Amino acid sequence: MMGLTNEHLAKWLEKTNAKIQENKTFLTNLDQAIGDGDHGINMSRGFDEAVKKISSTEYKTSSDLLKDWAMTLLSKVGGASGPLYGTALLKFSMSMKDKEEVDYSSLTAGIEEGLNGLIQRGQAQEGHKTMVDVWSPVVTFLKEQPAFNPEGFKEIAKEAMEKTKDMKAIKGRAAYLKERSIGHLDPGSVSSYYLFSSLAEVIEEEGVGL
Amino acid sequence: MSRVGIVFISHSEKIAMGLKELVTQVIKDVPIEAAGGTEDGGIGTSLEKIQQAIEKVYSDKGVIVLYDLGSSVMNAELAIEVTGLEHVKIADAPLVEGGYVAAVESGMGKPLDEVLLAVEEVRMKLKRNE
Ligand SMILES: [Mg+2]
Repeated sequence: MMGLTNEHLAKWLEKTNAKIQENKTFLTNLDQAIGDGDHGINMSRGFDEAVKKISSTEYKTSSDLLKDWAMTLLSKVGGASGPLYGTALLKFSMSMKDKEEVDYSSLTAGIEEGLNGLIQRGQAQEGHKTMVDVWSPVVTFLKEQPAFNPEGFKEIAKEAMEKTKDMKAIKGRAAYLKERSIGHLDPGSVSSYYLFSSLAEVIEEEGVGL
Repeated sequence: MSRVGIVFISHSEKIAMGLKELVTQVIKDVPIEAAGGTEDGGIGTSLEKIQQAIEKVYSDKGVIVLYDLGSSVMNAELAIEVTGLEHVKIADAPLVEGGYVAAVESGMGKPLDEVLLAVEEVRMKLKRNE
């Protein structure tokens, strides 16, 4: 079996949700340090709802599944992460229209579309201490590799997430703190790392050919 | 005669409602809706609330949307995309002063573009010195 099936996508969502629930307090603490302290609560509520929705629905296409995932986050997450993750996944879903399966090139294109959506919606660029700082190097890595490399992918996402610690926030609530935002991880980058490490783990564990 | 509709978005339900109260004490014939807080009234913004508020005040004259802190503008943009309505503009201006000006200008029967211009001019004005 080649490519990511809907079952794999659902597992990806469930795994990401498990990591978010496990680290809910950690995410909240990170956001309390430089933001409004709602990231853990918002993400855990939104992803919980997305799991409920997707596990109780039959999907014909991956585009439909990703769309429901996106729409649930848009309506259930009250903070900035709702419109951001929602937009990114919605763009991913749109890029999968009329495609039978998620192969390596469509996965790369989907995540790149997601990144473009984030940039457009959040008006952030690389180095602004936002999710873009994880999504962007992840996309570059995907484009450089000939096939999916789970270990390398996880490593890139992790390094990128850790790099946000020394950045000064230019976008988001943390930007109000200016220099004081330095020395803290960006919460959205940490949850993005959970999203991407979960993807790599599902691909590895399920032996997905990509 | 229809007027430009106005929507106040805030992370706080109370701020949005309070501003509506403040403005409607003076300006009574302009459609104004508050879209503050999350679905359950917590701190944050709700795509659905914003969408409903825009639809409620919408007419051919259009709608002007004002917001408080950075991230609420993302839900404002999404709400406009979801409703698919034209003539809905997001004003980049301080919420309270901009909201007041929006209501006054709309009350004079001005078109959307003129109301928007007046609201965004608020950014350039000092409050204490001429
Ligand atoms: Mg937050």
